[in-house]
Amino acid sequence: MAVEKLSTRHLLGIKDINRNDIELIFETADNFKDVINRPIKRVPSLRDITIANIFFENSTRTKLSFELAEKRLSADVVNFAASSSSVSKGETLIDTVNNILAMKVDMVVMRHPYAGAGQFLSKHIKAQIVNAGDGAHEHPTQALLDAFSIRQKLGDVAGKKVVIVGDILHSRVAISNILCLQKLGAEVMVCGPTTLIPKHIHSLGVKVEHNLIKALNWCDVANMLRIQLERQDIKYFPSLREYAMMYGLNKQILDNLDKEIIVMHPGPINRGVEITSDVADSKQSIILEQVENGVAVRMAVLYLLASQRD
Amino acid sequence: MQKRTLLDGQKFQITIKRLCHQLIENHIDFSNTVLIGIQPRGSYFADRVQQELSQILKKTNIKKGNLDITFFRDDFRRKDGIVSANSNTIDFIIEGQNVILIDDVLWTGRTIRAAMDALLAYGRPEKVELMVLIDRRFSRQLPIEPDYIGQQVDSLNSQRVKVSWKETEGEDKVILLSESNK
Repeated sequence: MAVEKLSTRHLLGIKDINRNDIELIFETADNFKDVINRPIKRVPSLRDITIANIFFENSTRTKLSFELAEKRLSADVVNFAASSSSVSKGETLIDTVNNILAMKVDMVVMRHPYAGAGQFLSKHIKAQIVNAGDGAHEHPTQALLDAFSIRQKLGDVAGKKVVIVGDILHSRVAISNILCLQKLGAEVMVCGPTTLIPKHIHSLGVKVEHNLIKALNWCDVANMLRIQLERQDIKYFPSLREYAMMYGLNKQILDNLDKEIIVMHPGPINRGVEITSDVADSKQSIILEQVENGVAVRMAVLYLLASQRD
Repeated sequence: MQKRTLLDGQKFQITIKRLCHQLIENHIDFSNTVLIGIQPRGSYFADRVQQELSQILKKTNIKKGNLDITFFRDDFRRKDGIVSANSNTIDFIIEGQNVILIDDVLWTGRTIRAAMDALLAYGRPEKVELMVLIDRRFSRQLPIEPDYIGQQVDSLNSQRVKVSWKETEGEDKVILLSESNK
């Protein structure tokens, strides 16, 4: 019986964890996948733990996925959405969170519109923090579940070629994915219009390609990102229609490739923009598997973090 | 480190055979009875019992599963680190069945408590019995007693009982390890 633990107390970003941590999370998630496919989908591991889900930004999938993961581990869950709270009355982040912690909360799952919010909080409060997305910085659990889904579909992540297509500039999913895939030994390429590719992205050791067909011919897996219109303060391309024509993935493109690739999407999908409906619903798409794996991976993260005492 | 052998060679084989015959006395043809080995070390014992029963009864369909109790332990967050989980392989329904929980060593009883909890996720068994190869007497922390016992030993809390199996360690043997005083 090997006794193992993560090298970190918080999950703030993929940047702070190493390959062993990621593999430990995956192995634990395998066990939890088994749990959530049983008739009784619940284990009592976290029954004396209270977790606050604090979302300063909208979310459906991630919030639901975290909440399910927490409930399946028997944790007590409190939810907090910034729109209906005192944040709109001018309370600071630390005050808000400290008030929640005063109610004896052990862990905080937080989404925030500003990069580094989780990092900042982890230095000022006692609870363990799980970053559920901070601005355009990191979204570690999404990257973990994406890599976990690739591992499940292809057997291994090491040596695989993954292209991330779309709005790399505004995407926390892209950064976390790049770091996670590279730590696991995969090759990563980013693809999109010049305006949506950050200037210094090559310093992360990724390939850059502006032609979608070339990128798809190179890869084993294509992760199609959503255009984040809500973060785009200026126009980065002439029109959505033009973007869809240049960088949208349709069935015709997919069928004309000389190999079968796997199509992923972190959701929410803008059907007809980054991918068409027939691609999203095709056999090559593992979008719904990603969602299922999301619960198992989040259970693993919460379980492993909770196992560390203060 | 001092070692004392509790069981090996022929005595080991006879003990397993005797336990199997005791099981047959109560469960006759195993048509409504399943074996569940507690992961990781109880599953080796359960494998052996299944083999032995198949030979004695000339039957090949005795059901056996492995149960992992990691997520049901009561020492989570009370120890440093965690014990990594093993797989559950129970590909039958235990609702209404007689279940024989199998583990190699019974000590405090906490593992069995967790196993009973974990088992309920697979349905409501008709009856649950407990079989252990080694029973460390007088050391229980919960009111749990085995139905089938290979051998009872009196041991100190500082001592350890180690069971090795031919399939994994190359030899069937049970030893009692104690820290030497010097």
